[in-house]
Amino acid sequence: MKVFTDNEKKEYRNIWVVAEVLSGEIQPVTHELIGAARTLADVRKSEVWVVVMGSGIEKTSELLFSYGADVAIIVDNPSLFGFIDETETKIMKRLIKKYKPEIVICGATTRGRSLIPRIAVMNYSGLTADCTGLSIDSDNGDLLQTRPAFGGNIMATIRSSNHRPQMATVRPRVMKSPEPDPSRTGRMIKEKMIPGDSTKTKNIIDIFHNTETAVNLADAQIIISGGRGMKGPEGFKLLKQFAKRVGGAAVGASRAAVDSGWIPYAHQVGQTGQTVQTKVYIACGISGQIQHLVGMQSCDLIIAIDKNSDTPMMQIADIAVVGDLFEIIPEVIKEIANL
Amino acid sequence: MKIVVCIKQVPATHDAKIDPETKRIIREGIKAILNPFDNYALEEGIQLRDQFGGEVIAISMGPQKAENSLREAISVGVDRAILLSDRAFGGSDTWATSYVLAKAIKKIGNVDLVICGKQAIDGDTAQVGPGIAAHLDWLQATYVMAVDEISSSSIRVKRMHEDGYDVCEIPFPAVITVVKDINIPRVPSLKGVLASKKYKIPVWKPDDIDADKSKIGLDGSPTRVVKTQPPPFRHASTKKIEGTPNDCARSLLKELRMRSII
Ligand SMILES: Cc1cc2nc3c(=O)[nH]c(=O)nc-3n(C[C@H](O)[C@H](O)[C@H](O)COP(=O)(O)OP(=O)(O)OC[C@H]3O[C@@H](n4cnc5c(N)ncnc54)[C@H](O)[C@@H]3O)c2cc1C
Ligand SMILES: Cc1cc2nc3c(=O)[nH]c(=O)nc-3n(C[C@H](O)[C@H](O)[C@H](O)COP(=O)(O)OP(=O)(O)OC[C@H]3O[C@@H](n4cnc5c(N)ncnc54)[C@H](O)[C@@H]3O)c2cc1C
Repeated sequence: MKVFTDNEKKEYRNIWVVAEVLSGEIQPVTHELIGAARTLADVRKSEVWVVVMGSGIEKTSELLFSYGADVAIIVDNPSLFGFIDETETKIMKRLIKKYKPEIVICGATTRGRSLIPRIAVMNYSGLTADCTGLSIDSDNGDLLQTRPAFGGNIMATIRSSNHRPQMATVRPRVMKSPEPDPSRTGRMIKEKMIPGDSTKTKNIIDIFHNTETAVNLADAQIIISGGRGMKGPEGFKLLKQFAKRVGGAAVGASRAAVDSGWIPYAHQVGQTGQTVQTKVYIACGISGQIQHLVGMQSCDLIIAIDKNSDTPMMQIADIAVVGDLFEIIPEVIKEIANL
Repeated sequence: MKIVVCIKQVPATHDAKIDPETKRIIREGIKAILNPFDNYALEEGIQLRDQFGGEVIAISMGPQKAENSLREAISVGVDRAILLSDRAFGGSDTWATSYVLAKAIKKIGNVDLVICGKQAIDGDTAQVGPGIAAHLDWLQATYVMAVDEISSSSIRVKRMHEDGYDVCEIPFPAVITVVKDINIPRVPSLKGVLASKKYKIPVWKPDDIDADKSKIGLDGSPTRVVKTQPPPFRHASTKKIEGTPNDCARSLLKELRMRSII
């Protein structure tokens, strides 16, 4: 493995974010990453660049500046509508060679986790997955990355300072999104695709936005989640009623409930499900094993309902309601109706 | 059709603890299991072979005891198993791991399809599958939830995304990573278990796969784990609500209204 000298490292500047684009829309995780990149760039007195690959994305890309981006590189092409890992890798490889970023960060989404390891390998870059913390050495730009591993049982600190760019993924909702400042402006660079980008790629035949599987827990303000204590699919019907009463809250679940087949996987919160950072999280009949907690413990307000007051969830909750949820939740629904 | 399934032996994560003194992961006395997601990769490989003919080969990089996981693979029906084990492989990160696996796949030769699990439950990165595809410069499909069609030259799969799924067709050779919705793994048959006990697992070293020694192990790895520590915990001053169901409901609603949540 070739180790970069300090002088070689100096050729690499700026913090890049790879935008998450779904159907031509830039996703909130991109704003969260811009916030994280801004902090790093300010330490390094460098710039935040965002790379946007997609179709019809120019307009939405303008908003990136308000979140803290200095430069947006736009690769706008109809062939980029669906997610073609191979093509996006080739484009990124060219852009990295041309502009030499010091760091590239990307959302740890299904797309990000498919694309960025491919880029990292092609580039001989170190890639740290699912970072929850990023800090940078102000002198030489070496990145210190913190991430959970072993199912959330440990936190590891990782560096990949022998190479540039250094690469990391961050899960949605792990970093806080900055408040947009509409007066901020930036530069837009338009890059074209070259014929070689799209040779030897996959053929996307169809795209389904399945509302059954598309449970956007991330967009919710309030999540009401159920675990094994919900006893069956009927229990989740009760939770859905509850959710409706509190202004369209989203319904989440523990893995125990998902594995029992009471609710689809898309609702799962935790290590192997989604990470959420909502204003309110109401855990009903979820004991709070570490793999669940890592997915929701940074929610602002945590409420737990459980008949056992000693569970880990009841300990970390801000409000712990002790009792049988099949008695309590119907009462709550009734009382809300009376308000 | 020649299919390679990559499997990893992992510690059962519930047990992973950190030594408070050394701050290192305690590995002694921890049970080693086959990475749960790799059961789905094995099952898919076996089903595709049964449907299409050909051969399924399981490979694993790890210490000698990882052969137990390969035996499990034999017991459920793979045709061959190969262990990649050598001190020089130790300390490989995902870059170096996927390099070694890619080299082994090249060595096996004429492979049409590589199947990996979605992620390993210890390292948890999900980076090895796409890494293998990149080293080989093959096409990839990740988070595959269903194989819709397969021919001698291509495979059509459903890829799971946060907002639904897509259907794509990729020509061989290709790498796919699979999620657990894809199938229900079989349990080993008695005959399989017996066969697995007798099976002699070949062990490949760096030279057997023509690995560039500067690209494997700790030296070949661009990432370094510099520290491990226990996870931070949320500290809360919990407000406990008890009483009759109606009392509980009223008190809870009071709290929610106080915070303008409803
Ligand atoms: C590698 C790995 C990854 C994992 N990933 C995840 C993940 O992403 N998400 C996840 O959630 N889990 C995950 N798990 C599983 C996790 O370890 C737990 O097994 C799971 O979270 C337990 O779910 P639970 O809390 O619903 O069930 P339990 O632990 O059984 O808790 C049920 C709770 O309901 C309460 N209860 C029962 N009946 C009632 C009633 N009538 N009224 C009130 N309370 C009641 C009980 O007191 C209990 O506290 C993972 C595990 C591993 C090994
Ligand atoms: C605490 C900790 C944190 C780490 N963080 C990082 C990190 O951020 N970045 C990094 O590059 N490395 C990291 N590593 C190293 C990484 O765990 C190892 O390289 C590991 O061998 C492969 O990564 P994984 O476990 O994440 O596998 P994943 O990429 O999650 O595995 C996906 C699939 O690839 C296949 N596969 C993976 N490993 C093997 C194998 N050895 N043999 C056969 N098939 C396999 C399996 O099909 C598996 O289901 C970390 C290690 C530790 C201990």
